[in-house]
Amino acid sequence: MNRYPVWKYIVIAVVVLLGALYTAPNYFGESPALQITSGKSTVKVDSAVATRVAEVLKAQNLPAADVTLDEGASHSVRARFTDTDIQFKAKLALERGLNADPNDPTYIVTNNLLANTPQWMQKVRALPMYLGLDLRGGVHFLMQVDTKAALNKRIQGFQAAIRSQLRDANVRHAGIERVGDAIVVKFRDDATRQAARKSLADMSELAFVDGTSGADLTLTGSMKPAALKAALDNGVKQNIATLSKRVNELGVTEPIIQQQGADRIVVQLPGVQDVARAKSIIGRTATLEVRLVDETVPRGTELSASIPFNSELFTVGKNVPVVLSKDVILSGDYISSATASFDENQQPAVSIDLNGDGGRKMREATRNNVGKLMAIVLFEKGKPEVLSVATIQSELGSRFRITGMGNIENSTELALLLRSGALYAPMAVIEERLVGPQLGAENIKKGFHSTMYGFAAIAVFMILYYMMFGFFSVLALAVNVLLLVAILSAMQATLTLPGIAAIALALGMAIDANVLINERIREELRSGASPQSAISAGFDRAWATIFDSNVTTLIVALALLVFGSGAVRGFAIVHALGILTSMFSAVFVSRGVVNLWYGRKKKLQSLSIGTVWVPGQATK
Amino acid sequence: MEFFRIHKDIPFMRHALIFNVVSALTFVAAVFFLFDRGLHLSIEFKGGTVLEVKYPHAANLEGMRQALSSAGFEHPEASSFGTASDVMIRLPITPGSSSDTTSARAFDALCRAEKGSPRTFDTTTAQGEHVARTACLDAAGKELVSLQRVEFVGPQVGEELAQNGLNALIMVVIGVMIYLAIRFEWKFAVAAIIANLHDVVIILGFFAFFQWEFSLTVLAAVLAVLGYSVNESVVIFDRIRENFRKQRKMSVHEVIDNAITSTISRTIITHGCTQMMVLSMLLLGGPTLHYFAIALTIGICFGIYSSVFVAAAVAMWLGVKREDLIKPVKEKDETDGAVV
Repeated sequence: MNRYPVWKYIVIAVVVLLGALYTAPNYFGESPALQITSGKSTVKVDSAVATRVAEVLKAQNLPAADVTLDEGASHSVRARFTDTDIQFKAKLALERGLNADPNDPTYIVTNNLLANTPQWMQKVRALPMYLGLDLRGGVHFLMQVDTKAALNKRIQGFQAAIRSQLRDANVRHAGIERVGDAIVVKFRDDATRQAARKSLADMSELAFVDGTSGADLTLTGSMKPAALKAALDNGVKQNIATLSKRVNELGVTEPIIQQQGADRIVVQLPGVQDVARAKSIIGRTATLEVRLVDETVPRGTELSASIPFNSELFTVGKNVPVVLSKDVILSGDYISSATASFDENQQPAVSIDLNGDGGRKMREATRNNVGKLMAIVLFEKGKPEVLSVATIQSELGSRFRITGMGNIENSTELALLLRSGALYAPMAVIEERLVGPQLGAENIKKGFHSTMYGFAAIAVFMILYYMMFGFFSVLALAVNVLLLVAILSAMQATLTLPGIAAIALALGMAIDANVLINERIREELRSGASPQSAISAGFDRAWATIFDSNVTTLIVALALLVFGSGAVRGFAIVHALGILTSMFSAVFVSRGVVNLWYGRKKKLQSLSIGTVWVPGQATK
Repeated sequence: MEFFRIHKDIPFMRHALIFNVVSALTFVAAVFFLFDRGLHLSIEFKGGTVLEVKYPHAANLEGMRQALSSAGFEHPEASSFGTASDVMIRLPITPGSSSDTTSARAFDALCRAEKGSPRTFDTTTAQGEHVARTACLDAAGKELVSLQRVEFVGPQVGEELAQNGLNALIMVVIGVMIYLAIRFEWKFAVAAIIANLHDVVIILGFFAFFQWEFSLTVLAAVLAVLGYSVNESVVIFDRIRENFRKQRKMSVHEVIDNAITSTISRTIITHGCTQMMVLSMLLLGGPTLHYFAIALTIGICFGIYSSVFVAAAVAMWLGVKREDLIKPVKEKDETDGAVV
């Protein structure tokens, strides 16, 4: 009765092997590496950069263990080295080899550490556990996006757009004013109102409602709920995009920039110990300028021609070199939205909305310059970068489109860059955490030691108290740790110090299942059952209890997971997983081992489960 | 080895009243301290800034407080932890002033008090990782104070965390009750929750009495304890149900006594094992896990007490009967089909 069919042993063997495979990456350690990220908004890190990095290293005779392109959150190329000496030399070589001007680097090279996991393991996604900031050191910010301000800006933009649209359409209104989050346009008669409604029809984000106010007829435009949600969402996304680019500049390994809830952004920068600098870089704003191209200098001769007094030569960015007039038509502050869209020929385009008197400025500047070229320049850290040079097809107002950019990627990219002129909405830091690297290393050590010694204490006790069965229990517990670490590594869940505590606690609680089983078997033996039937009855009867008690613990873990944040979440994930793995290991695996050991012995006289004491009988 | 050589069932239920009075008193005391002293909430709940700094020598706490006060911080708290050179500084939220720069300003003040100047620099660790940090150096370039940890929590985040903590507690209570009511019976569900919530209140009472810092991690521990001791009561309830099934002649009293007696060895051994792990965390886990482990320790001790002495007694008083657990099942006709 205590035999497992072969397939059950195969399941156990496969699970343990998989567990070992996914736990293994944690033992390979890390080696010095270099990370190459883009230092410019318009420069992308792609496979060509990876090839160039490999070439530069080869030319300098600096052997890299491998060069990989990471297309995750931070587009970067990573090169791993065997020692810090080569890393140091390689950094110098790459900084010189990749950047034409060392004072204005196109690519940023930073030192970091990379896991030594073998390639084939990485292919099956066997990676070391992802350590939280409290274990590896770094800074964490939680930022609150001021969505009200963002919304305000957007509504102001609409107000201006409605004004100019009505003027363009020659619709005479009796005033446009803002009431709360709505825009109210007054009219003298209904015919004008209908005309206005018609000319505003292409503002798809707004819903218009007729009404009256005193003697006047009104048309009230308010943002559609979907548009409102999209605007807020885009606002947060845009801030995230802007942050990501700025964070790249810090040269951080695996930065995390994520949306949390509706209007919050989490920024985690491992290895950064300088809150002030991180904040200043994150908080810095870039500016955008729209200028006319100086056509007195023929295109193609910019580099050799003499530059007129009132113009400047730009050499960085798209369609460069180009000579632009020093007069700024308008700055980035006037851009209330820039989105990738399509023109009437279904070609990719970028739609731009201007607010305030941006429309008027644009109209004045473009009226007499139809057919000429206009350029948009992004200034970051005081350095200009040309984003686009486009031909002015007609007089432009507060809404216009840039077309002819070839594919959707280009239009999306340009829209993003146009918006990155400034953060879409102001943000405030509402939570900040910094952990020094020594403290992180110390936390790992402490967490690891307390788990190890706790495990050892339990193992010694269990073996002394339950003898062979105690050993089986410890074996099951060890499988539990293996599986837990394997799952955490494979899931790439963030491991924090409370997470390590949860591993320890999971072990302390998982032993409960084995104690239940062992006590049950003893009880069966006490009441005179034969060893084989005691084993079978012990496991069977204990199962219902183990299941019930684990479900209640699982409820707790889930509640923590749903409501917890930060440290508590880390605890909850491990806690929940620990319960699941312990059910498998304590019941399935330990039964398997017991069956393997005792199952075939037909004439089994006694079990090695410690003293089975029967009342009124002398101790054996 | 066998620790539990029990000849007869221990008449736990005969003394149920005494046990319950004891736990009622502890409970009342805990509630009293909770109201009287309140919990010493960590900044995660209250909002504020915590800095951990390390000096190469024993720190001058009074000097630090003065330096911070003169830099414009109200009520700075400085206390050493672990060693005399490790100092933890707590700064409450000052209304009106920008909290963004609190940590930087405080570090600056401490650094100037040591006659050094804070400087930003990039270094590479011995392993080859890039680290950008601010350090306080004197003219000779020696590090005077080093920043180990900063934590700043804005007031609205704190409120949210407190609210979420409460939500989690409520969800756990409801979830566990529903589960137990389905698996067992509503009387058991009520008994288990009363017994185990009383553990939670007692842990909180301890934290209020000693004014230990109540942080998010401690909250996690408290909720884990709740699950853990419910699981304890479940084991006993399971046995009660089994006994009702097997021992048709026993009275409810005897059934419960027998159930507790036959599970007591498992209860003690399991808790002992868990406690070994927790003790190891308490001794080796460092300051972050210190209160976490303390909360678990108290929870484990009172968890045994409440599930052994309180939960079953409450269930008994609620009037658990054999019929509650053993649903009358129709006798199955085992001889299905033709019979000769």
